[in-house]
Amino acid sequence: MSPTVIVLFLIIVALTLVITYWASKQTQTTGDFYTAGGELTGFQNGIAISGDYLSAASFLGIAGSIALYGFDGFFYSIGFLIAYLVVLFLVAEPLRNLGKYTLADMINARFDAKKVRGSAALSTVTISLFYMIAQLVGAGALIQLLFDIPYWIAVLIVGVMMTIYVLFGGMIATSWVQIVKAVLLMAGMLIISFLVLLKFNFNIGEMFSEVKTATSHGAAYLKPGLKYTQPLDTISLMLALVLGTAGLPHILMRFFTVKDAKTARSSVITATWTIGIFYVLTLFLGFGAAAFVGETKIMEANPGGNMAAPLLAEAIGGEILFAFISAVAFATILAVVAGLVLSGASAFAHDLYGQIIKKGKATDRQQMLAARYAALAVSVLSIVLALFAQYLNVAFLVSLAFCIAASANLPVILYTVYWKRFNTSGAVSAMLVGLFSALVLVSMSPSVFSPTEGAALFVGEPIFPLSNPALVSVPLGFLAGYVGTILSSSKADAKRYAKVKVKANTGFKETGN
Amino acid sequence: MNDESGYNSIDESGQAIDFEKVEQSKPFQKLMHERKKFIVPYTIFFLVFYFLLPILTSYTNFLNTPAFGDISWVWVFAFAQFIMTWVLCTIYVKKASSFDDQANDIIETQIKNGGKAS
Repeated sequence: MSPTVIVLFLIIVALTLVITYWASKQTQTTGDFYTAGGELTGFQNGIAISGDYLSAASFLGIAGSIALYGFDGFFYSIGFLIAYLVVLFLVAEPLRNLGKYTLADMINARFDAKKVRGSAALSTVTISLFYMIAQLVGAGALIQLLFDIPYWIAVLIVGVMMTIYVLFGGMIATSWVQIVKAVLLMAGMLIISFLVLLKFNFNIGEMFSEVKTATSHGAAYLKPGLKYTQPLDTISLMLALVLGTAGLPHILMRFFTVKDAKTARSSVITATWTIGIFYVLTLFLGFGAAAFVGETKIMEANPGGNMAAPLLAEAIGGEILFAFISAVAFATILAVVAGLVLSGASAFAHDLYGQIIKKGKATDRQQMLAARYAALAVSVLSIVLALFAQYLNVAFLVSLAFCIAASANLPVILYTVYWKRFNTSGAVSAMLVGLFSALVLVSMSPSVFSPTEGAALFVGEPIFPLSNPALVSVPLGFLAGYVGTILSSSKADAKRYAKVKVKANTGFKETGN
Repeated sequence: MNDESGYNSIDESGQAIDFEKVEQSKPFQKLMHERKKFIVPYTIFFLVFYFLLPILTSYTNFLNTPAFGDISWVWVFAFAQFIMTWVLCTIYVKKASSFDDQANDIIETQIKNGGKAS
């Protein structure tokens, strides 16, 4: 490990700690802790959303996938981006107009039932945990590789850092760490892309011709079908990607950090542009890595291709760029897990403790204390789980989180805002059926069972053929919401729905609410 | 002013706001109609456009024909997805500002009156 790498790492870590210290002075109320007091501007929040979204899986994973599988790696970029149209057109504004801190708050605008809040908290915690384990496992692998330290120490370092951010700085620190990191990450991407294009004389056609012969796949590298050979499997994955984002708790939570729907909208626009440009750049990174690092070296460092981006930085920018990109990747992981801890903690502390156990009567001090304890508990739990999950495939965990979000959360969000008849039984059935069908189906899928030893968790024939169950579990979630509503004798409250509809569409808020 | 039942909100003059009346008022109905007319077709369009890509690459081969040199149509289609996203974003912002005006108008004329004006 060279001194440059260590110094750059320390600078980044110090910078985030300074932010956390400053933010801890600003964090006075529960609202500050959960949602930065709702005071971020649209642009700041947009950059923070990009930061939340451009996780290690996006940055390291997609660059690696494109480097190894060409066009098929690019599928992820497209799905992740178009997902923002779903967020913008259907979810962001009504969510901001109805919610306060969590998804459950928004659903609660229509129903008071504890079981609805409980189910929403359950799906939020499950999604956050899966997503967080994925990030921690990825982080562990990266740090282990960079510093040559054991995996468990690497996970502990990341885990302790994220706990510090959240515990002391809450959403203000998390947001600002996210913003700083997003800017650094974009800068890094632009520099690498520029250097890659420079090598191809700024000729895109030349780049394509070059990579056509650069890999062992030859011309097939530029065609779809290298990685995803099963049509239904591909479509199922694409479905999870495009619908999952609109149900991811840590992304949804970001819409409560701004003051109104208009600002929520402008933050989605900023995020969509930033993320779009980022994903175009993943192509240059992937192709660059394929051409200038080479498959063999990428696979040697990590069979999943996760080291493609840092290795490319080293190959074309030398040690300093390598150190910079690695440090940014580290900051990326830290910031994303911090956001996830917050969304998990808010489900525990705000929904389960504050609203269900204390029935909304907890004082602000009690709530804040509960939020911090919950953040600590979520952190410890995910660190322990990540220590046991070292050999799980990271991309599989992330796509599972997207799948649960699309199956359990999205149907309820859409029905709550747009369907008059929807009632509590419908809400509970949609969430539970969506959550458990995704979990059960994936536990019987080729991601868990494989006839070849070592390819998956267990050896055996998979009962369910798709690696990502979204194609079945998303329709099941929607169906369960419909059937649960129709079969239940409880009637929808027309007055309540009129109020929700008016508020969701106009942004009207009562004073003192 | 958020009571147990959650819908008997009180307006500035202390009267209960009848949200059902607001919901049935002409301006609100007009806003909902326009929103629906805008959001539904665009949502269907971008979902169809998006799923067309994996469906075409999975079941057909014709996107593999070259478009520009070594760049085949599948790449052109992939980039079209990015352009489509940005264009739709821009269109949405334009349209949304007209919805904002209507919404403010509804808050001023309907809700502040407790939903009595129709």
